[in-house]
Amino acid sequence: MRVIKNSFIADTVAELCKKAAYTLPQDIINSLLFAKQKEKGLAKKIIELTLKNAQIAGEGTFPLCQDTGTAVLFVEIGQKVQIEGSLEKALQDGIKKGFKENYLRKSIVSEPLFERKNTKTNTPAIIHYKIVEGSKLKITLMLKGGGAENKSQIKMFNPTSTKTEILDFVLQVIKTAGASACPPFIVGIGLGGNFEIAPLLAKKALLRNKPNKNLNYKKFEQEILTKINKTNIGPQGFGGKITALKVYIEYAPCHIASLPCAVNICCHSSRHAEALL
Amino acid sequence: MKSQHLTGQNLNELKKLKTKDFIFLSSSVYVLRDMAHKKLLQEKVLPLNLKNKIIYYAGPSPKKKGQTSGALGPTTSSRMDKFCKKFIEKTGIIGIIGKGSRSKEANACMKGKVVYLAALGGLGALGGSRVKNSKIILYPELGPEAVYEVQFDKLPLIVAQDLKGNNIYGECK
Repeated sequence: MRVIKNSFIADTVAELCKKAAYTLPQDIINSLLFAKQKEKGLAKKIIELTLKNAQIAGEGTFPLCQDTGTAVLFVEIGQKVQIEGSLEKALQDGIKKGFKENYLRKSIVSEPLFERKNTKTNTPAIIHYKIVEGSKLKITLMLKGGGAENKSQIKMFNPTSTKTEILDFVLQVIKTAGASACPPFIVGIGLGGNFEIAPLLAKKALLRNKPNKNLNYKKFEQEILTKINKTNIGPQGFGGKITALKVYIEYAPCHIASLPCAVNICCHSSRHAEALL
Repeated sequence: MKSQHLTGQNLNELKKLKTKDFIFLSSSVYVLRDMAHKKLLQEKVLPLNLKNKIIYYAGPSPKKKGQTSGALGPTTSSRMDKFCKKFIEKTGIIGIIGKGSRSKEANACMKGKVVYLAALGGLGALGGSRVKNSKIILYPELGPEAVYEVQFDKLPLIVAQDLKGNNIYGECK
């Protein structure tokens, strides 16, 4: 067995908070540079300011966005790893530390309906655990803002539904989101699984930065992206050719009766970071 | 691209702006969001004078020592739609900064009274870097949802709905 101390895990998570909140991933910067070439007038000006925003945040004084989000953690634990101390506590402590030390906004309330009291630590983080083979511990942090998350949707399709029906649903979600979810977007789509798995797949899709390995889905991603960019919503919703920078689909097996489809929208500020221990 | 510069001295020019105008704002604004709206409208006597002022739907991130502000960008305006009519009537504000399209009702109650300005969503670092000073002036217990007074220096904004009611989001659909 390989032993990992939980204090080391907490420090790692705190570091990930800083990295995710202040650094725009290079693949997003590349997409924005491409968008800048495509756009003109006001839309181009907005893309330029978006790149400027990333530059300012990169200097370390201001996070990319004031909404530093819900902390979502994907934790893959190798079967041969033994954690010294509580893993759950280490992960939550890491978020507390990371949010405090890096001046990130505490946006979590302890209960949704009645008192909505701020926990003042941005915890609890949402944690997805997975046991995997091997002797490593992989921690991926996503900081997910509320604006784009509010505009995400799930629909349970019939199993005989067509590609076009899925496409129409995605377009309807994007049009409903409009400027409120801060376009240009990264669009995560989860197909299959069941009622809880499809949104999780959609969320995981947002972490990808490579084309789909499955050719059918890769083509479909491209087709959806082209159609989204014909809506003329544009950067910040003021019209333009670039409404989404990327579309990523993750899929899973599902029941003969179902075809769940979840769409998770992310603004350009796709904030995530990972560590392999 | 042409842009205009609006300051505390020529704030009346706000009324002449047209939808899609790109402006820089250098003046004092009042930052508040969901919970502060709810609380303010429950007050019998308004604890702050917002007549002829601009409000900004936002909640900044904490400021570091020696900094004038944390990151500061707009939150979704449509969440404040249900308060819009009452809020305008009760306060006499002349400008609202936010992001995204609003309900027909909210657009209608802004028309003729309030210019709706769109700040750039997701660009909080840029917004924060344009703050000269900021302080909490009401409801500190709400944390990031408190009311802040913020003095901006050249905050980039786009006119989303002018005084005549022309709406930028309507145009692009």
